[in-house]
Amino acid sequence: MNHLDPHRHVRGESQYLDDVPVQQGTLYAAVFESPLAHGVLRSLDFGAALAAPGVARVLTAADIPGINQIGGIVADEPLLAEGHVHFRGQPVALVLARTEAQAHAALKLIKVEIDPLPIITDPRVAAAQGEFIVPPRTFKIGDSAAAWAACAHVFEGVAENGGQEHLYIETQGAYAFPTEMGGVRMISSTQGPTAVQRHTAVVLGLGMHQVEVDVTRLGGGFGGKEDQATPWGALAALGAFITKKPVKLVLDRMADMRMTGKRHPYSSDFKIGFDADLKIVAYEVEFYQNAGAAADLSPAVMERTLFHATNAYFVPNVTATAFSCRTNLPPNTAFRGFGGPQGMFVIESALAKAAEELSVPTYELQRRNLLHEGDLFSYRQAAEMCHARQAWDTAVSEFDLAGIRVEVERFNQTNKLKKKGFAVMPICFGISFTKTPMNQTRALVHIYSDGSVGISTGAVEMGQGVNTKIAQVAAHTLGISINRIKIETTNTTRVANTSPSAASATADLNGKATEMACAALRERLLRHAETEYTLNYEGLEIQGEEVLAAGIPTETTWDKLVSSAFWKRVALTENAHYATPDLHFDATVNQGHPFAYHVYGTALTTVTVDCLRGTYTVDALQIAHDFGQSFNEIIDRGQIEGGAVQGIGWMTMEEVAYNDEGRLLSNSLNSYKIPDIYAAPKVLDVHFLDTPGHPKAILRSKAVGEPPLMYGIGTYFALRDAVRAFQGHTSLPFSAPMTPEKVLVSLYPEFVRASENTLLTSG
Amino acid sequence: MIEFYLNDQPVRTSEAPASALLDFVRYHEQLKGTKIGCREGDCGACTVLVGELNADGQTVNYQSMTSCLTPLGNAHGKHIVTVEGINAAGSQLTPVQQAIVDEGGSQCGFCTVGFVMSLTGHSLSSAPATEQSTIAAIDGNICRCTGYKSLERAATKLTAELEQRPAENALTWLSEKQFVPSYFANIPAQLAKLRPAAANAVAVPSATTAANTAHSNGSSAVSTSPNGHAQNQNDHGHANAAPFTNALLGGGTDLLVQRLEELREQPGVRLIFDQPGRRGIRHETTGRVVLGAATTASQLLESDLMRSLLPNLPQYLKLVSSTPIRNMGTVAGNFINGSPIGDLTIMFLALGASITLLDAVGTTRELSLPDLYLGYKKLAKAADEQVIEISFPAPLAGDFFHFEKVSKRTHLDIASVNSAAWLQVENGIIQAARVSAGGVGPVPLYLARTSEFLQGRELTAETVSAANEVMQSEISPISDVRGTSDYKRLLLRQLLWAHFLQLAPDLEFVNL
Repeated sequence: MNHLDPHRHVRGESQYLDDVPVQQGTLYAAVFESPLAHGVLRSLDFGAALAAPGVARVLTAADIPGINQIGGIVADEPLLAEGHVHFRGQPVALVLARTEAQAHAALKLIKVEIDPLPIITDPRVAAAQGEFIVPPRTFKIGDSAAAWAACAHVFEGVAENGGQEHLYIETQGAYAFPTEMGGVRMISSTQGPTAVQRHTAVVLGLGMHQVEVDVTRLGGGFGGKEDQATPWGALAALGAFITKKPVKLVLDRMADMRMTGKRHPYSSDFKIGFDADLKIVAYEVEFYQNAGAAADLSPAVMERTLFHATNAYFVPNVTATAFSCRTNLPPNTAFRGFGGPQGMFVIESALAKAAEELSVPTYELQRRNLLHEGDLFSYRQAAEMCHARQAWDTAVSEFDLAGIRVEVERFNQTNKLKKKGFAVMPICFGISFTKTPMNQTRALVHIYSDGSVGISTGAVEMGQGVNTKIAQVAAHTLGISINRIKIETTNTTRVANTSPSAASATADLNGKATEMACAALRERLLRHAETEYTLNYEGLEIQGEEVLAAGIPTETTWDKLVSSAFWKRVALTENAHYATPDLHFDATVNQGHPFAYHVYGTALTTVTVDCLRGTYTVDALQIAHDFGQSFNEIIDRGQIEGGAVQGIGWMTMEEVAYNDEGRLLSNSLNSYKIPDIYAAPKVLDVHFLDTPGHPKAILRSKAVGEPPLMYGIGTYFALRDAVRAFQGHTSLPFSAPMTPEKVLVSLYPEFVRASENTLLTSG
Repeated sequence: MIEFYLNDQPVRTSEAPASALLDFVRYHEQLKGTKIGCREGDCGACTVLVGELNADGQTVNYQSMTSCLTPLGNAHGKHIVTVEGINAAGSQLTPVQQAIVDEGGSQCGFCTVGFVMSLTGHSLSSAPATEQSTIAAIDGNICRCTGYKSLERAATKLTAELEQRPAENALTWLSEKQFVPSYFANIPAQLAKLRPAAANAVAVPSATTAANTAHSNGSSAVSTSPNGHAQNQNDHGHANAAPFTNALLGGGTDLLVQRLEELREQPGVRLIFDQPGRRGIRHETTGRVVLGAATTASQLLESDLMRSLLPNLPQYLKLVSSTPIRNMGTVAGNFINGSPIGDLTIMFLALGASITLLDAVGTTRELSLPDLYLGYKKLAKAADEQVIEISFPAPLAGDFFHFEKVSKRTHLDIASVNSAAWLQVENGIIQAARVSAGGVGPVPLYLARTSEFLQGRELTAETVSAANEVMQSEISPISDVRGTSDYKRLLLRQLLWAHFLQLAPDLEFVNL
């Protein structure tokens, strides 16, 4: 079964935001942004801009009719700066002009006076000054402090990870239209239509019912359009509301990169202790999250870091504390993995550190500490239907870990200026929004009188194939061809109060709601068949568009049944509500059952480092992954491959760099590099583990969006392994991404003078 | 008036020649299949095919180009193909489209059309399709969703299909197999009709308003380098460039990144990409190789002459940008852009190149390439002077030439440091040497003292180490987004070693 959208994609017929035909009278918006990272806004002079050709209006915070606030978790983010500016790129004013070029030209005429204030870019500096977004959180099980004495080995260290630019190829944007009711209708490139709707309503001082948000599809999201599509939607809506004209706002690439937040960089301290059998006894970790200038989703991201602080390992004594640190950078935000990758990177660093000090292979420590069925996580949920060991054992045998070891060893003995390295990366990732109330959605299913079906849900299609999966669920449940099914746009007037398409949970939530709605419709139609055709309800089913009674075709078919039901005034529309059962979590004690289930897997990574140049290739990434019962292997494989390569990018070439003034240096595609076709692993094997799936997963097919990103972490450790093969005595810091620069400098540490090079602070 | 074919339709437009073809296609012609990803040639979402009538007048040579950097004027006389121009009637898919769909090579779909166009261009190419060449055709297309493996599988499938493509009447076969619609067969004749007009319409007043402000390179700029446009990011004290007074536009790969808005509004921009006499590579009896200024990187890569003289050139050029950008960016553009890390500039510095400059009154002069660079983006060239030719002494049979480049991403990236070396070695003695390096100073550096030092010395590890000492004193890298100065120093040392290990693999690499 193929993803349905690509048929249109390859013909260029899929409509994205900027492809929507422009209405006459449309004004184009451009955002005037703060040129300084922190300061007091003294004055704003846009007289010259207003007088420039084509300019219709320049809007500032003073023009906001409602409340100038778009903060989701914490109300700390104005739509347009007021009083202070807190990061470079913060929206200060909105220019509306007749053409896009005129709007952009007018930006250059705006003058702003800002009294500079001290700028913080480093989370540890922020922490030292008590600059926290929310109070710190600690997840605790056992008593780590008391456990150290009993440990045979204890290691401590620091691990740093960089940010990551989402680099959805379609930039952020929205197109808003005034409605006759005095409200706004808009098309938004957002993962969270309800978030855009809710915040726009607040900003405009309207009820949510006066703001309609419609999403056809996104040209990529990856978390970057979960919360951060909101400002652009709200700004376009503000323009349309005030001018009573359609307003279109599309960020150009560099504006998008400057103004939007990214994956959170973390700086973390770890301490890990083992018994004599190399079982982990205790783990303590402090995460300093670089949240940027406003909360955005940072508190939730930070929480997931704590959930995944022990990755796929059982640790009886854990004390994990996280600080969300306020800095003068754009607010960092959701990105595939949502804090999980950062948590896992630290414990993997701790294991690598221990292995290096103990002179044992890291995989030996990893293997001995993998989760068993029933093991408790620090948050007290047990690992149920745990496939951690199955994934590990399968990867090790399927991809021949022993053979890889021998080959790497042989290669490294015979090559002086090239070294291979390898690493194993097990993962365990919890599925569900950790904010329990968000695990709900609805599906609205219409069966039209001709037997065709239209489905609306809260799911946003952004390439992950959720629309195809939903159509498959509906076709499967109704017993009809997928060709009869259309997945409608995601629209707040059809499905209200939705959660964003995020947390890997979109297909589960919206698929389950669709399944419920379709099952109800199926039952209603079969009840109708029972009376209409005097059939025994027991044993009635629809398969292949035929109505079967005890497996035998009856005189009626899907078409006829639907038509007859319509004429008998049977309701052919169903709206189902799904809320994931059995979830609870008490954030005051950080205990509960936050996840519907966990996803497991193990990846082997093999790399080759060119020790003359510091460059490298990922030779192979071989993954055994717990899909459950996949019902769309093409889509699921695509998620694994794409997620893993994105993770490799994060760990290797993707380096978000700000300077001390909070100016983004990696501000375009020529200075921020994501993997190209040659950077993808030469071999990328995906083995579908034979697991039963989980009843809370849609058709027992487990969520697949985020988990594979974390396979990329293995590349960091494989590179480290190769570097150590060249220069074994080097004490390497745990610092990702492992750029060619870091590799070369690690290979030849004596070359680089001790002098600190302070120009670049890596995100 | 610019005249060309856009898909199956003739187009006549008086839009600005220096505006982007992308904007014309999307917002003037409302063909929305071509997407905007970055507007700097780094993502490939806007890739279109540009077909140029071959000299035979019977066939058309199609190349992929990023429409964001293609000056509209460069479409003159050509066949521009967007996805709408290859879509089959109904909902039928072309084999390229089908392969991508079948293999799951499209997820969010935003980059997909770019891949479709690049692969369609590859299908239309006369070169045999191999696994490698098919992948190379999409080396300028970035996808954030798939991780490329599904696209590789689609490429494999396509390569197999293209193996059946006959050498003769390939277009007929491609049309039968529905790679392209049947109207493609009529295009050569249509372009031939445009041809006489083409020669005149954009023909520019030869020596226009000569703004003789002399020696400030900012006032006259030739665009187009297949890389290097990011030097405006790397903090070599860049300031706003002076306004154009006499703009020359080549392939557009630098100027349309840096100054599109300005150029669009600029009257009298002169297009030189298709100017007669600006292309072609010839070996003169003097022993020099002469290139037309508008020779593209792709033409270098495909030139039999260049390959015979520099057998490894294709592999070096694969490190320069991407296929569509190489199809557009010119050698002279790379020189005149003045990027301290221009890949072609670095190669030609080591080849001992000179340039021929032509001024507004028709006077020409020769300038050795190192002498062109006075300081960061400061050129020893008058505003009205333009490069018309580039020449270098043809390397002799035993000569060694090698190019090295390291960047964050190996392909389609700007170098942290690059370097080229030309050496003549006889009996273990270096008879002559030219070494160049980029990214280690305000200009692309010809390492005169290092080169001189090497001359007459034995080819030994000690010589390399000592040469490195000289070299380190000759460079002045700064820390920027491409690396710290320490890294760049270390890296250049390594690249110097890489040259010598390439020449003499048995040399014992000495770490310091």
